[in-house]
Amino acid sequence: MARTSERAVIVGAGLAALRGAEAMRAAGFSGPLAVIGAEPHYPYDRPPLSKHVLAGAIPADATTLPGIHGLDADWHLGNPAIGLDRGRRAVLLADGRDLPYDRLLIATGTRARPWPNPHEGRLAGVFTLRGRDDAAALRRALAAGPRRVLVIGGGFIGCEVASLCRKLGLPVTLVEPGPTPLARVLGSTVGAFIGAIHAGHGVEIRCGAEVEWLEDAEGRLVRAHLVDGSRIDADVAVIALGAVRNTEWLDGSGLSADPGGVDCDASGHVHDTDGQTDPRIAAAGDVARFSHPLYEGRRVALEHWSHAAAQAVHAGRLLAGTPPGEPYGALPTFWSTQGDLVVKSAGLTEGADAVAITQGDPAAGRFIALYGRAGRCIAALSVDSARWLPAHAEMVAAGAPFPPHGAAADRPKAIKILEPGFS
Amino acid sequence: MPDASLLGQVKDFANRANPYPVYAKLRETPVSRQDDGTGDGTWVAATHDTIARLLQDPRVSSDTQPPADRPRTGNPLTDLIVKPLKDWMMDRHRVFIFRDPPDHDALRAAVMHQFSRERVQAMRARSDRLVADLLDAKSGAREIDAVDDLAYPLPVTVICELFGVPREDEPKFHGWATQLATALEPDSLSDTEIRAKNSRTFDAIGGYMADLIKDKRKHPRDDMLSGLANHATPEGAKMGDYDLVATSILMLVAGHETTVNLITNGLLTLLRHPDELERLRQDPLRAPRVIEELMRYEPPVQFRTRRTLSAIDIAGVTIPKAADLVLLLASGNRDAAVFPDPDRFDPDRTGTRHLGFGGSLHYCVGAPLARFEAEAALTALAARLKAPRLIEDPPPYRPGAALRGPEHLRVAIDGIA
Amino acid sequence: MSASADAPPGSPPGLRVSVDLNLCQAYAQCCYAAPRHFRIEGHEALYYDPAPAAQDRDDIERARVACPVQAIRVEDPERRG
Repeated sequence: MARTSERAVIVGAGLAALRGAEAMRAAGFSGPLAVIGAEPHYPYDRPPLSKHVLAGAIPADATTLPGIHGLDADWHLGNPAIGLDRGRRAVLLADGRDLPYDRLLIATGTRARPWPNPHEGRLAGVFTLRGRDDAAALRRALAAGPRRVLVIGGGFIGCEVASLCRKLGLPVTLVEPGPTPLARVLGSTVGAFIGAIHAGHGVEIRCGAEVEWLEDAEGRLVRAHLVDGSRIDADVAVIALGAVRNTEWLDGSGLSADPGGVDCDASGHVHDTDGQTDPRIAAAGDVARFSHPLYEGRRVALEHWSHAAAQAVHAGRLLAGTPPGEPYGALPTFWSTQGDLVVKSAGLTEGADAVAITQGDPAAGRFIALYGRAGRCIAALSVDSARWLPAHAEMVAAGAPFPPHGAAADRPKAIKILEPGFS
Repeated sequence: MPDASLLGQVKDFANRANPYPVYAKLRETPVSRQDDGTGDGTWVAATHDTIARLLQDPRVSSDTQPPADRPRTGNPLTDLIVKPLKDWMMDRHRVFIFRDPPDHDALRAAVMHQFSRERVQAMRARSDRLVADLLDAKSGAREIDAVDDLAYPLPVTVICELFGVPREDEPKFHGWATQLATALEPDSLSDTEIRAKNSRTFDAIGGYMADLIKDKRKHPRDDMLSGLANHATPEGAKMGDYDLVATSILMLVAGHETTVNLITNGLLTLLRHPDELERLRQDPLRAPRVIEELMRYEPPVQFRTRRTLSAIDIAGVTIPKAADLVLLLASGNRDAAVFPDPDRFDPDRTGTRHLGFGGSLHYCVGAPLARFEAEAALTALAARLKAPRLIEDPPPYRPGAALRGPEHLRVAIDGIA
Repeated sequence: MSASADAPPGSPPGLRVSVDLNLCQAYAQCCYAAPRHFRIEGHEALYYDPAPAAQDRDDIERARVACPVQAIRVEDPERRG
């Protein structure tokens, strides 16, 4: 167990930071603990931002997470870390102060990838969606009843925002360069099924299309111009182009970090550019890149809520001096609430060479898609069929043979093997 | 011939008051084949992990009922023409606890649509009133039978009011419900006498329900049966008459045969743990935790039957295709791998994922109602019974092994506050 | 800005609720227990109030306890747990 005189610093103030801090306390760490956040907010829950907050069901500031009380931490909020000096064992803050550490958790997460043209990105009516303030601002814009919302990017956030706009009765166009929404993560076969459900609810989907520039009228967005020369009149645009990992502050620290994340070893400790582990520092959440034991050690950095929470608990125990018995290797899972539709997943689809509908029926809007690679199950996706997912997650965790054989409830008589449609 | 297998011991009435030692033996083999004299035997899952996995496994079917085979009457016309038709109709319109998706989902969704939060909340308030009246009626008594005086009349009144069955017709249901509940006992699958009785009972209650449904169509009221008979679900589905009759019967039987055991087991357990009874009396807000622990510790539905659609490898064994399966929910609830010190009644347990209401697609529809009724009953009993003492421990039990609970629960009291 | 953990800025006094929606399977037990704070839209989309008023703690507790997959976490500043 860590000596109580030792000081812990957690860089980042999101879910992973909070769960990591809680885990350190739970594991007996009783020394001073500082949490550094770039935003002026206590840790809050992000998933509701693109759902409940945009829907107007709850205010953005209601998303503060449980667990802050009783943590006995020193909070440095709105004061981002700008550097790490491992020689002096200190974190440098934007206000010029240094925070010394004996144990350090890196949980700086990601930020929204901005629109490439900074001027256009700053137009009134153009939004990204990552933080609580982003959500509050976008909510105000949606509540004002825009004529049309343009969603640029058909990933999970893009689909959540677009379907939510329909729930609010707003006209919405989703522009996605790929062949279907969600094609990058789910492949175009399943992406087309989900896209059809959203189209059925009135989302206008323009796939294989790209926005070239955003038109400015006195500082306000008025329309988008597409590469093919067409135009979309819209007074709100949501840039949903994915996330960028917050690793710039580690430049010069000697740690192995780049825009793809900071590298960790199997235990969860970070390592430096020479491959040497730094036993005082661990990383968790979106920013941590690690070898996933369930996927042949492929190095991944996962942007999933449950992963942030679980990996942070692992890292917190590690830093508190009571390391978990085995390397972190939880089956990756996520969910996405898209309007009234719930999409959940277990496993990683990357590298899938086949996909099959094993329960339900895409035409009915409820189904399970099971992904295979070289004859093994590697991922499962449920669409409004959450209670079937655990059984499939078990098959994924066990690397069960793909496709599954034999009869099952609500399963087509003969399972069709489909091309997953990854480009 | 007496059945010496562990499953036979579960069914043996001699073990009704305390089946838990038999369950503990069954858990030594998480999934075991029990030779119960039916030829292929029955597979029993007894640990929390295996039960939870099988509950959510799509290869496990709830369609356990053998094809309908109504008793012959000796009249050739009836036996050759009417009987096969009626058998066919019965098979097509089974109650949805014995069906799989997609049919199951559509029927259940229609029920859930009518089992609205508003209706359940109204019954929550109503339960408090009913309990107060039932206990007031016993004021001055020095002894109560918790079953006859409270645990039976409360849920029965609630389900009748919720569903829209005239309360004065309720006595008819008592016998019907008791008989039909035997369909959940494993022997009902093979015992022709039980099946014949159930078939006749189904006809009797079905005839009653069909008449009541006609009445609800003519004179719709604000109750679940009127809603089911007259309105489609948001997806546009409306139940056909045969499904409506079957579903109504299921709801009424479930309302008669389960919550009574939760309340009775609850009072029995609290009387066996007087410190917990006193804590509940002092802090009625403990009730939700007490009830959830009761659902773990003494669940009204001890096990459910299933059937495999494919072979399943689990816990080192292979359950073959088309095997009869018993998911021993009450045993999973006593699994030390999930619940430390599992035989201790402890409402302060945290993170309890008990199996008392089943799980996955067939999770108990009436669970929210059961919780509110049990809360109303147990908090009132804790608050109002003066110096309650068990007169018989263990009390006499009803015959069922699957739906298990005391027949009577006599309690001596110094009065009712 | 440094701040004390006891009084998160901009947050009303009351409860904090979060639901692990990975675990949630839309059993809707919370919706019956605390209908003003939890609701299911569509087949299984749970919408919930993450900051209920303190006087609603009894129903929130009923919801937490009843969840079949134990996905609901509640922080009650007055009860600490």
